[in-house]
Amino acid sequence: MSALAQMYQGAILEHARRTRHRGVLDPADARQEGINPSCGDELLLTLRLDGERVAAARYDGKGCAISQASASLMAEAIEGRSLDEVAALVAHVRAMIQGEGTHADLGELAVLEGVRRLPARVKCAALAWTTLEAALASRARGLDAPAGDPPPED
Amino acid sequence: MTDHDVARLRRDFPILERRVNDRPLVYLDSAASAQAPLQVLEAVDGYRRRHHANVHRGAHTLSAEATELYEGARARVARFLGAGDPRGVVFTRNATEAINLVAHAYGRSRLNAGDEVLVTVAEHHANLVPWHLLALDRGVVVRGVPLGPDQRVDLDAMRAAIGPRTRIVATFHVSNVLGVRQALRPLADAAHAAGALFVVDGAQAAPHVPIDVLAAGVDAYAFSGHKVGGPTGIGALWMRPDVLETLPPFLGGGEMIRRVEVDRSTYADIPMRFEAGTPAIAEAVGLAAALDYLDAVGLEAIWEHDRALARRALAALRGVDGVTTYGPDGDDRGGIVPFNVDGVHPHDIASFLDAEGIAVRAGHHCAQPLMRALGVDATARASFWLYTTEAEVDAFVDAVARSRAFFAPLRAEAAT
Repeated sequence: MSALAQMYQGAILEHARRTRHRGVLDPADARQEGINPSCGDELLLTLRLDGERVAAARYDGKGCAISQASASLMAEAIEGRSLDEVAALVAHVRAMIQGEGTHADLGELAVLEGVRRLPARVKCAALAWTTLEAALASRARGLDAPAGDPPPED
Repeated sequence: MTDHDVARLRRDFPILERRVNDRPLVYLDSAASAQAPLQVLEAVDGYRRRHHANVHRGAHTLSAEATELYEGARARVARFLGAGDPRGVVFTRNATEAINLVAHAYGRSRLNAGDEVLVTVAEHHANLVPWHLLALDRGVVVRGVPLGPDQRVDLDAMRAAIGPRTRIVATFHVSNVLGVRQALRPLADAAHAAGALFVVDGAQAAPHVPIDVLAAGVDAYAFSGHKVGGPTGIGALWMRPDVLETLPPFLGGGEMIRRVEVDRSTYADIPMRFEAGTPAIAEAVGLAAALDYLDAVGLEAIWEHDRALARRALAALRGVDGVTTYGPDGDDRGGIVPFNVDGVHPHDIASFLDAEGIAVRAGHHCAQPLMRALGVDATARASFWLYTTEAEVDAFVDAVARSRAFFAPLRAEAAT
């Protein structure tokens, strides 16, 4: 199968048009914008948490089939997982997309591996995951020092 | 140009013999970067093998030869632009750096808070962001003039927008998205009537249309070497020498000085004042060879070839179900064809075409304000040049038509 046909196999095309996790959670416990400046793709990721667990994930934005499918697959995969599990998943998927890891145990997310053979499109597949990574990082910072809060008075 | 002429020219471009993804390469991305002919590759190689040394310094033979070739390239650029005096030609890395040079040297020394830079909404980011930086630094206001209903620069709107605070009018010569050629003289006259400087981004014009900066009334003209079949890392700014010689330097360092003390310095005459450090000598030699090549083929012939291919592509694409093309019809439109396929993102189209060996650009084309004006997020774009054949255009249109079926599942009813 050609690299193209392999990438655009059923799951990618199906997720690209899937709407189950499309949208914006408001209010949300985490809200992160992602942008791919070289192509203009934009993503808004919102998460609702139940303690240390992702209760709901939604993405909104515009982009190619690969970036949209990646976001849909991601939202589906992280719901119900703990933040630690999500962080590990992000690292695993990013490594796989960049050709540094395997797709073992990734289930449906393994379809993203095909992007390795389309090097020009790696950024498209990565956008959702880098956005999620940024959301987790800013939440971690926020727990240490809530953004926007005034410094404690002496 | 006849098919025979194009076939003959293609022999000068060895890269066109490549296969990509087991198909013959169909290179339709010359507007992003054109391929270089053997004449350019050999000029760069020959310079490096026989003549290389630093310029304007040594008292030795190689340095003198390198200097002669480098300054010869400057004179060649001046001739290409119809500029006469080569002192107006400053070598830069590309058109982007050339426009930054104008924004820095002219903008920061001449403009004050509240002064205006007028652009069109169809500019490449290279002709927007340098002015934004000037705005941040000097409180200058950057205003964009909308295109007319025919998607060309609306001369009346431009005249109406030019006011007493307008100090710079900066526009494209050929649009990198719509492919239209802008008549420069009326814009120059309108700018000059208000005492404004007329700056032209010629990056997409230089490979395709004859240029005569003096006849057009241009004050500053920027272009890139790699879009005219020359090397990357070299471009040029031409600026009216009587204006250029009144400006302060852009970058400081060696070569651009007259006398240096530990705590101060005075600066060289133009154009050296604007060329700090060792320049891209081999690349300048390559650029001169590219301009020789363009003039030998003939820019009128290239423009005619571009237009014929654009007409062919536009007519065929418009006959394909679900395909939208952008930009106006008309005789002033060259070989740049932006398009979208209904329900499919242009990146996906570009990947589909790439799998067939066809190289196109997809995205915002460094023209985000224009994308908004067109009401799209992005487009795919095919661009043609002197080596593009009718058969390649036909293969491209055929592949676009087939891409729609390949991506048909994307248009299916949204699943949940």
